[in-house]
Amino acid sequence: MARLARIALTEDELDRYAPQLASVLEHAAQVAALDTAGAAPTAHPFPLRNVLRPDEPRPSLDPQVVLAEAPAAEEGRFRVPRILGEAP
Amino acid sequence: MSGAATTPALAIADAVRRRERRAVEVVEEHLAAIAEVDGGLGCFLEVTADQARRRAAEVDAAVDAGRDPGPLAGVPVAVKDNLCTQGVPTTCASRILQGWHPPYDATVVTRLAGAGAVVVGKTNLDEFAMGSSTESSAFGPTRNPHDPERVPGGSSGGSAAAVAAGLAPLALGSDTGGSIRQPAALCGVVGMKPTYGTVSRYGLVAFASSLDQVGPFARSVADAAALYDAIAGHDPCDSTSLHQVPPACGPAVGSGVGGLRVGLVTELTEAEGVQADVRRRVAEAAEALASAGATVDPVSIPELRVALPAYYLLAPAEASSNLARYDGVRYGLRVDGDDVADMNARTREAGFGAEVKRRILLGTYALSAGYYDAYYGQAQRVRTLIIQAFRRAYEDFDVLLSATTPSTAFRLGEKVDDPLAMYLSDVCTIPTNLAGHPAMSVPFGTDGAGLPVGVQVLAPALGEAVMVAAAAVLEQAAPPTSLPTVAAPTLTGAGTGRGAATGGAR
Amino acid sequence: MSAPDGWEAVIGLEVHCELRTRTKLFCGCRNAFGSEPNTNVCPVCLGLPGSLPVLNEAAVELAMRIGAALHCEIRPSVFHRKNYFYPDMPKDYQVSQYDEPINVDGYLDLPDGSRVGIVRAHIEEDTGKTSHVGETGRIHGAGHALVDYNRAGVPLVEIVSAPDITTAAQARLYAAELRAILVASGASDGRMEEGSMRVDANVSVRRVGDVRLGTRCEVKNLNSLRSLARAVDHEIERQVGVIESGGVVEQQTRHWDEDQGCTVALRSKEEAFDYRYFPEPDLVPLDPDAAWIERVRASLGPMPADRRAAVTALLGGGEPSDARSDQVATVVELGLDHLVTAAASAGVDPALALARTANEAAAAAEAARSVDPAAYAALLQMEQRQELSATQAKAVLAELMAGGGDPAQIAGRMGFEALAADSLAEVVAAVVAEHPDEWERFCGGEAKLAGFFTGHVMRRTQGKANGKAVAAELARLRG
Repeated sequence: MARLARIALTEDELDRYAPQLASVLEHAAQVAALDTAGAAPTAHPFPLRNVLRPDEPRPSLDPQVVLAEAPAAEEGRFRVPRILGEAP
Repeated sequence: MSGAATTPALAIADAVRRRERRAVEVVEEHLAAIAEVDGGLGCFLEVTADQARRRAAEVDAAVDAGRDPGPLAGVPVAVKDNLCTQGVPTTCASRILQGWHPPYDATVVTRLAGAGAVVVGKTNLDEFAMGSSTESSAFGPTRNPHDPERVPGGSSGGSAAAVAAGLAPLALGSDTGGSIRQPAALCGVVGMKPTYGTVSRYGLVAFASSLDQVGPFARSVADAAALYDAIAGHDPCDSTSLHQVPPACGPAVGSGVGGLRVGLVTELTEAEGVQADVRRRVAEAAEALASAGATVDPVSIPELRVALPAYYLLAPAEASSNLARYDGVRYGLRVDGDDVADMNARTREAGFGAEVKRRILLGTYALSAGYYDAYYGQAQRVRTLIIQAFRRAYEDFDVLLSATTPSTAFRLGEKVDDPLAMYLSDVCTIPTNLAGHPAMSVPFGTDGAGLPVGVQVLAPALGEAVMVAAAAVLEQAAPPTSLPTVAAPTLTGAGTGRGAATGGAR
Repeated sequence: MSAPDGWEAVIGLEVHCELRTRTKLFCGCRNAFGSEPNTNVCPVCLGLPGSLPVLNEAAVELAMRIGAALHCEIRPSVFHRKNYFYPDMPKDYQVSQYDEPINVDGYLDLPDGSRVGIVRAHIEEDTGKTSHVGETGRIHGAGHALVDYNRAGVPLVEIVSAPDITTAAQARLYAAELRAILVASGASDGRMEEGSMRVDANVSVRRVGDVRLGTRCEVKNLNSLRSLARAVDHEIERQVGVIESGGVVEQQTRHWDEDQGCTVALRSKEEAFDYRYFPEPDLVPLDPDAAWIERVRASLGPMPADRRAAVTALLGGGEPSDARSDQVATVVELGLDHLVTAAASAGVDPALALARTANEAAAAAEAARSVDPAAYAALLQMEQRQELSATQAKAVLAELMAGGGDPAQIAGRMGFEALAADSLAEVVAAVVAEHPDEWERFCGGEAKLAGFFTGHVMRRTQGKANGKAVAAELARLRG
């Protein structure tokens, strides 16, 4: 989970969180055990549909403002350490 | 009772619009109160004094020019630090966002300005709004003005405490599972979670997108209603924003509860762990409504018992995805690493606190292949059951009544290492978030120790007006509440807050 | 080339195409290629905290056009989040359609008569662009990387074919036909070289007669139709080689190396990602009503296959030659077939109309698309009536494509004064009368003297006469 969530947890943290999460999951098991046959999943509280925006350009940000927040930038782009592996 | 800190927001606005008071004076008084008291309380992460002064001068100039600056003219407002403010640090009380300056304002912040309000600062919260005590803030806890050894509740603890202590007459918070109502109850102020979609989420840093909603804190129902009216309304930048005109709440204050059918929710009042004092106050509140002309009957909604476990699957799942973007690439903290994945992992390890990590792990688990159907999918079905159960209840009742929280303010550190116990403090507030309905907490007396108790009024979607009407009746009928021990001098009488404030150094 | 004897390949293609909208999928930033880095970005497409997406109506409409053109069912759909970390993805999740895509169950008929099923064609957002800086260039060993988010959030439609394709040639034909359809439907410009159309191939092999599917590999980085065909051929051969030498094909993602002419393993599926798909809570479901779907279907013009058939029918006379077929395919693919049709219906020889369109007009397709078809037809009529020589007609066409106008006036302005047939006859008669001896010898069979007369006519008309017209007039006089 820590790898999927991309957090470099320490051993100490792993030891601490494991039982805490287990107790929460045990509580959550009430949900897993319920009979919900016939109830469709709700992703949104209200059934909105087709919320659309006209295809009209709006001003973009000033690139200097954008890059001012970057931990590292170079040649107008965000600089990151080397990338191992391709995007999935 | 002459100082700004005791004056209702609507009275301030009224005086400023009539040119009887100057917005700059109002702001100075509040900035002075913050400077004097907040060192001990820790409500604010950032006080935007210069901007506030400029803004107040603009409001005064508008009045001088014969223009109306708006219904909240010159009213100081504290803004939870998970709402984006252009050029002003917005941290979500997390190290991972320390130093980030958003290039844009949240829609609600723009609406505040449009209503003539003056933002005085950004308030403390549980990191990324995950918590019920404001103790998970990376920048130290906020203390309860009624007892600095106790928590103000959370996650909007800074906003609730600031209003309670008279540092701002109004504040904005966000409520995902009770984060407005629970701290409002613990701090003895009014807090309202509006119907999902009536207040824009654009610029609210997401915790759990399908549950998050921005809402007001105030010292009176009328002020809370006025703030809601100022921030509610359709926003084309938020796809989940409702297109209906939101109900106007201001006019509902004082309309009474004659003939109103009130259901006293058994599951949210008799529940295990609900303090006896709290239960008693809820019963008194029910009587107060009855004697004001409402009919009150108990109602059982058994489905609400599974709201909490469903919430603790849904909210962390959405959070695990919403918080993926804090990866050290574009803004905020970066801890270098051998390669980009290593950098991401080290940044997130260093930047997030324990509670955020726990929820990200929990959410990642709930969404992972093989568990989705049993956890996330099932929790979404439970959500449907809860919506259906509320719908049935609202066939018989106009509003529902319950406790806001099982207990009054607990001690700092008491629940920090027991996540499940902490989560249980949201048991009464979570069901409305799952349903997307409005609910508000109104102060209603104290417990045996003199700590504030809040009662909760729940209403169906877009039922804000009737909810506010009932809340206003409760406000009138409420037993006297003690004043905060730490508060702006004008709120408690000159200087009395000072001594207590020293007890709360962070 | 097909699979080696005794083997057959099973191929499915996944094509990503960028939609031709003015703005991005979820924000008002421009959807533009080639801007300065990080200039078309805003809080939404940078994934800044607190920002929220709002769906672009035009992107939905173009996705529906693709669905309609591919005979898909257009249905209610839901956006999901596909969660994985990668620096080119600002939110570290991609908004995409997962189990409820907008278009499903269509098909594409290829010019060779085969039909390839379309499983789905769904909407999703594009990622930014990373460039690797460092010693060896590509990924491994690179010192660091730079990210530009201009492309992040550009609307894409991913079109997934059924595994109905069996050869590299068919894969290429499918991609070419799909590209023509995307262009014809107005959904995309189909430029593979700019990355606005990207193709991945899923390839597996099995022994002929085997009903079980082999293990498949996904081949990426196919930047042209030629690379697609080469990569598929190579991959078929590689997999057959692996099995024939006693090995087992591993499920992998492989990268096509154009220079080396081979595919290279990137990642095996053991490291497969757990994308933790869940419904995107910041967006609401999409449910186009029947009227909208009908409007989209009705507004769709004829597709490339129909348009090729229409042009071929103009030519008459049965099955066209390969060269002719290529010309037909070219004018349709470039969206110039309406010029051929306009000229032909104005009485121009369809063969002439096709040749000029497939050659001169196609060479400047962008400009040619904006030429007034009536003016184009008028020009070819002048050429056909021999009022302009072929060379002159081409020169006038160039002007017409550059600035428009009336071809007769352009010809006049260029000094190509059209020589009317009767005045040409007068000049020819005069030249014949001045050279009685040569005329006698020409009539007696000295054919090469035609050049002598033509030369004189050209001199007298300052080159305005049409060579063919002079020859025809000489022949007429000789009787």
